[in-house]
Amino acid sequence: MIQMTAEAAEATRTEPVVQMSGVSVSFPGVKALQSVGLTLRAGEVHALMGENGAGKSTLIKALTGVYSIDEGTIIVGGEPRTFHSPAESQAAGISTVYQEVNLCTNLTVAENMLLGREPRSFGRIDTRAMNRRAGETLTRLGLDIDPKSQLGTHPIAIQQLVAIARAVDIDAELLILDEPTSSLDADEVAKLFEVMRTLRAEGVAIVFVSHFLEQVFAISDRMTVLRNGQFVGEYLTAETTQLQLVQAMIGRELETLDKIEQAAEEHTVKTQGAPLLEVLDLGRKGSVESVDLQVFEGEVIGIAGLLGSGRTELARLLFGADTPDRGDMRMRSKGTKLRTPRQAIDHKIAFSSENRRSEGVIADLSIADNMVLAMQASRGWLRPIPARTKDRLVKKYIEALDIRPTDPNALMRNLSGGNQQKVLLARWLITEPELLILDEPTRGIDIGAKAQIQQLVADLAKDGMSVVFISAELEEVLRLSDRLVVMRDRRKIDERANEDVTVSDVLEIIAGEVRNDA
Amino acid sequence: MSAQAPTIKDLGSSLPDAIRRFTPPPRFYPVLATIALFIGMFGAGSIRYEGFSSPQTILSVLVDNSFLIVLAVGMTFVILTGGIDLSVGSVVALSTMIAASTLRSGWSAPLVIVTVLLTGSVLGLLMGLVIHYFEIQPFIVTLAGMFLARGLCYVISLESIPIKNGTFTSFASGTIEIGDYFITPSVVVALVVLVIAAVVLHMTRFGRTVYAVGGSEQSALLMGLAVAGTKVGVYVISGFCSALAGLLFSIYTLSGYNLGAVGMELDAIAAVVIGGTLLTGGSGLVLGSAVGVLVLGLIQSFISFDGTLSSWWTKITIGVLLLAFVLIQRLFTRRTT
Amino acid sequence: MRDLGLRFVRHNLFWPTLALVLLLLLNLTKTPDFFSLRVQDGHLYGSLIDILRNSAPTLLIALGMTLVIATRGIDLSVGAVAAISGAVACTYMAGSPDESTAGRAIIAMTMAVGVAVLLGVWNGFLVSVLGIQPIIATLVLMTAGRGLAMLITDGQITTVNNSLFGKVSTGFVVGLPIAILIALAVFAITAVLTRRTALGMLIEAVGINPEASRLAGVRARTITWTVYVFVAFCSGIAGLMIASNTSAADANAAGLFIELDAILAVVIGGTSLAGGRFSLTGTLIGAMFIQTLATTIPTMGIPAETNYLFKAVVVIVVCLLQSPKARAALSVRRPSSLLAKGATS
Repeated sequence: MIQMTAEAAEATRTEPVVQMSGVSVSFPGVKALQSVGLTLRAGEVHALMGENGAGKSTLIKALTGVYSIDEGTIIVGGEPRTFHSPAESQAAGISTVYQEVNLCTNLTVAENMLLGREPRSFGRIDTRAMNRRAGETLTRLGLDIDPKSQLGTHPIAIQQLVAIARAVDIDAELLILDEPTSSLDADEVAKLFEVMRTLRAEGVAIVFVSHFLEQVFAISDRMTVLRNGQFVGEYLTAETTQLQLVQAMIGRELETLDKIEQAAEEHTVKTQGAPLLEVLDLGRKGSVESVDLQVFEGEVIGIAGLLGSGRTELARLLFGADTPDRGDMRMRSKGTKLRTPRQAIDHKIAFSSENRRSEGVIADLSIADNMVLAMQASRGWLRPIPARTKDRLVKKYIEALDIRPTDPNALMRNLSGGNQQKVLLARWLITEPELLILDEPTRGIDIGAKAQIQQLVADLAKDGMSVVFISAELEEVLRLSDRLVVMRDRRKIDERANEDVTVSDVLEIIAGEVRNDA
Repeated sequence: MSAQAPTIKDLGSSLPDAIRRFTPPPRFYPVLATIALFIGMFGAGSIRYEGFSSPQTILSVLVDNSFLIVLAVGMTFVILTGGIDLSVGSVVALSTMIAASTLRSGWSAPLVIVTVLLTGSVLGLLMGLVIHYFEIQPFIVTLAGMFLARGLCYVISLESIPIKNGTFTSFASGTIEIGDYFITPSVVVALVVLVIAAVVLHMTRFGRTVYAVGGSEQSALLMGLAVAGTKVGVYVISGFCSALAGLLFSIYTLSGYNLGAVGMELDAIAAVVIGGTLLTGGSGLVLGSAVGVLVLGLIQSFISFDGTLSSWWTKITIGVLLLAFVLIQRLFTRRTT
Repeated sequence: MRDLGLRFVRHNLFWPTLALVLLLLLNLTKTPDFFSLRVQDGHLYGSLIDILRNSAPTLLIALGMTLVIATRGIDLSVGAVAAISGAVACTYMAGSPDESTAGRAIIAMTMAVGVAVLLGVWNGFLVSVLGIQPIIATLVLMTAGRGLAMLITDGQITTVNNSLFGKVSTGFVVGLPIAILIALAVFAITAVLTRRTALGMLIEAVGINPEASRLAGVRARTITWTVYVFVAFCSGIAGLMIASNTSAADANAAGLFIELDAILAVVIGGTSLAGGRFSLTGTLIGAMFIQTLATTIPTMGIPAETNYLFKAVVVIVVCLLQSPKARAALSVRRPSSLLAKGATS
C-alpha cells in the first residue's frame, strides 16, 4: 500500500495521461461546464467530486466523446485530441464504466468483455479462444466468474466487475469509473478496490466518481472538485480532510435573505400532541435503511445530506412513489400503507420531485393544465374542474407565485426552470395538502425565483402546512427548517431542533467527524 | 461500509446465492419449448389421423412453407435488434411481380434473380437508413415500405403474370428424393439460408452486435460497437430475405401476383414469436423461427387431415399460440428485470 | 394583418387542411362539377358527399385510434374487430325467424357493438394490466380475430335482408346519408368526451410524460384501458357500417387494412405516434384526405390500385416532417406545433 503511493508520487512527475483545460460545454439554455480543467496521471486514482449538477458526468462525457466541447483543449498522450464518439476515445485507450452497467445482460460474460474485439479465425468468431482470453483477464483481476455464463444471471456487483474487466481488456491507459459503487455492498466494494489497486500498480490512470466519502478517501490519491459546472480545486487526498472536501463541494451561498430568516424565526411550532405523520422503521432494500420520523403540523423538517445519502429515496417512500418494503406509517394517528402516489394524495400528501423535467413537467401541456393536473386526477376524468374554478385557481397562483409568462395557455416547455418549478408547486398547493414534500425545489433556478420559493415555504408553514424540505444547499435548509434531519449512507444519522445550528455543524455531521446520535 | 479495511473475500462466495435467486434462463429454453410443442402436435396428429405419422407430413410442411422460413429468418434479424418489418409480405409480392414481368420480357433467369434480390435489399437499405438516421419508428417506416412495395406491384402490372421460364419451371417441378420421401429444391435453399443465418448470428461480429443492440442499444453504443451499420444491416438482410422468399414463392405458384402474400408479414412475425424470440429484442434463435414456421405449417396439416375442421381454426390457433408465447415472454422479462 | 396570416400558417391544422384542399382542387381540373351538390328525391348527392360517406368507417376507427395513439399506444386489431362486429350482427339476423324486422336489427347491432366492446376490454387488459407492448398485445387479436369472425359466419358470406340494417350505410335522414351522420355523431361524442370532461387532458398527460402523470396521481391504467375499449366501440360501429353497405358479413374482406388507413389518418392529422397532444379535427381531415386520395387517383386516369404508392409517399413525408432529426437535416422551418411534437420524442 505504501509502496503504491510512492509509485503514485513517482508518476506525478511524469507527463499526464490526459490533460483537459479550459473545457466548456453548453446545452440549449444551460452552461453545463465553464472552463474546467482536469489532469490525470498514470498509476493514480483520481476522484472526481461534486454535488448533483456539478458537471461530473458532463466532464466525463466531454472527455469520452459523447458530448462535443465548445471551448478548451483535451490533450491525450501529449497530443491534442477531439473525440467524436465513445468508439474513438476507446481506440485512444480511454475506457469508461458507467453507474448503470452498460453491458448487455442477454449475452455471456466473455461476449460482453470482448464484443467488437472477438478473436477470430478465418473470419469466424473463435468462441473457445474468446472464452479463454476472457477467463485469463478475469483471473488476472482475481475474479472467479465463469466466462460462459450469461451476464444477466449475475448480481449487479459482478456485472460491474465484468464491465471493468472489459475496460481492462482494452488495455486502457485511462479507466473511468462513474459511480461504480452506488449499488455495491461493503464486501463488493472491497473487491472492486482490490481490482483498482491491481490496475493502479500496473500504471493505469483511474478516474473514480463516488458519493461515498470514505471510499474516496480510502482509494484516491488526488481529487478534483466541481461545483455548478465550475472548477473548484485539485487536492491531494492525503492532505485533505473530509470536512474540507465537503465544504469545497457544497460551497457557500453568499446571498443573504434576511426577510426569510426573519419569517422563519418568528415562526414557532408546537411539537406536542400527535404528529401529523409518523413513520417507524421505514425502509426499502437498496435505497433507505430503517428510518423513524415524525412530522408535526405546521413544521418544516429539513433533510440534509449529500447526494446518494438517501434523502431523495426517503422522500419518495413517504409519498409512495416507491413502495417501502418495511416499516409502519401513520397519518393523523391512523395506520396507512402508501403504495402508490394516488394513495398519498388521498391522504393529503404532496411531493415535488427533484427531477423536474422527467418527473414533474408535462412539457406539451399548458401552464393551466399542468397546474390543475393533480387536482383533476383526484377528481377523476368524469368530473372536470369547472372552467370558472380552473381559471380562478390558475390566475390566483400565477399572480401569487409571480409566474412568467402570465398567459395560462403558454406551453410548459417554453418556461424557464424557475417558473416551471413554481407551476409544479402550484399544482400541489391547489390540492391543499397537509404535508408538502419538496425535493430540491430550488435547484437550477435563478436567485430571484429561489428567494420567492423560500418565502413561499416559510409562509405555508406559518399557515399550518407541514413541509419536508430537501436541498443540497445547507444554508437554505437551515434557514427554513424547524427541525433538521441529517442523512448519510442511506440512514438517518442525526436529528435535532434547528436552534443555533450552523452550516459547519452540519458539514461536520455529514463528514462524520462528529457522531451525535441524539 | 468497511472500505478502509478491506477484507479480502472472494465474491465467488455470493455466487451460489445468485444462482438461487436467478434461475438462469438458458437461451435454448424457448426453442426447446417450441420443439416440444411441435413434437406434441405431431404426436397428437399421428394418434388421431391415419398417415399423419409419415415423415412426409413434416417434409411436406417444409415444401409448402420454404418461403416462409426464409422470410422468418430475415424477420428474426430485425426483431432481434428490437425492430419490426411490416413490409416483408408486400416485398414478396413485388418480387414475384418483378420476376414474372422481367422473365416475360425475355430476361435471363440469373439476371432476373440478381435484379429481384438487389431490389429487395435496396428497399431494406432505404428503410433501415430512414429508421436509424431520422429516428422514426420501424413500425411506421416499414408500413410505408409495405404500401410502397404493394403500389409498385400495380405499377408493374394490374394483372397476375404467369411464369413460363424454363429455369423457373424446372426448379418448380424438381424434387429431391430421400429414400421413399421427397423435398423440393426450395427446401434446400431455405435450409441453406437458415444455416448461413445461424452462422452469421453466432459466429460473426455483426451477428453478436445484432444481439448486443437488441439487449441494449445504449450499451452497444457506449461499448463502441457499430450500431448504425448493424441497425441498417438487419433491414437489408430482411429485404434480401423477402426478395429471396419472393423468388421461392414465384416458383411455388409459378406466377407473379400483385395481391399475393397479403398478410404474410403477420405469419412471419407469428413464427418468430412462437419460435421463442423476444419481440423486445436481444434474445432468440433463427432455429426457433424455423420451428415456429413448422408449427404454423403443422396446424394447417392438422386441418387438412381432419377434413371436418374449418380453415379458420388456423388463424384462431395461431392467435392463441401467439398469446401464450407473449404471456410467457412477459413473465420471463418481468422476472429478469 | 400579417400577424393573423402567420397565426393561420402556424396553426396545427394548416398543412393537413392545405393538402386536402389542394387535392380537392386537383379533382376540379378533371371533373368541373366536382363540388356541385344536387338534391334528388330529397336526398343530397355529389362527389363530396360520396367522399364523406365512404370515409365514415375509417373516420370512426381513426377517432378511437387517435386516443390510443395519444397514450403512446396502437391498436392493430381494429379491422378484425370490425369484421367480428359485422359477423355477429349478420349471423344473428340471418338466424332469427323475423330477420327483416327493425327490432331484430336493433338487437343485432347492440349485440355486435357489445361484443366489440368486450374485445376492447380484452386488448385494454393486455396492455394496461399485463403491461404487454400495445403492438404485440393487439397483434394477437389481429391474427385470431379474423378466424373468430369466420367461426361466427361459418366461413360463409352471410347476407341479410333487413331494411333498417341496410340503411346504416345507404339510408338518408333529413337529406343526409346516415353513415355521415353516425360518423359526425361519434366525432361529436368523442370531442365532448375528451374536451368537455378531463379525459382528453389526462390522456395527453399520460402520453407526454407517464411518470410525471403517475406522480401527480393520474390513474394511467384506467385511462389506457378506457381508450382501448373506446377504439373497439368505434370499430364495432364501423364494422356494422361496412356490413350494412353490402348487407353482408364478409369475415375475410371486411375492414381489411382499415387499421393502416386509420393510423395514417391520425398521423396525417398531426397527432404524433410518440403520443401526447392529439387533434380530433386533424384526424377528421386526415380521414377525408385518405378517401379523397382514393377518389382522385382514378379521376386523374391513374389505376386505382396505385393508391398504395401515394399513401407510401404521404406516410414518408408526414413522418419526415415530424422527425426532429430530419428537420434538422433539411433545416426547414416548420409550424411550431410540429416542432413541439418532435421535441418530446
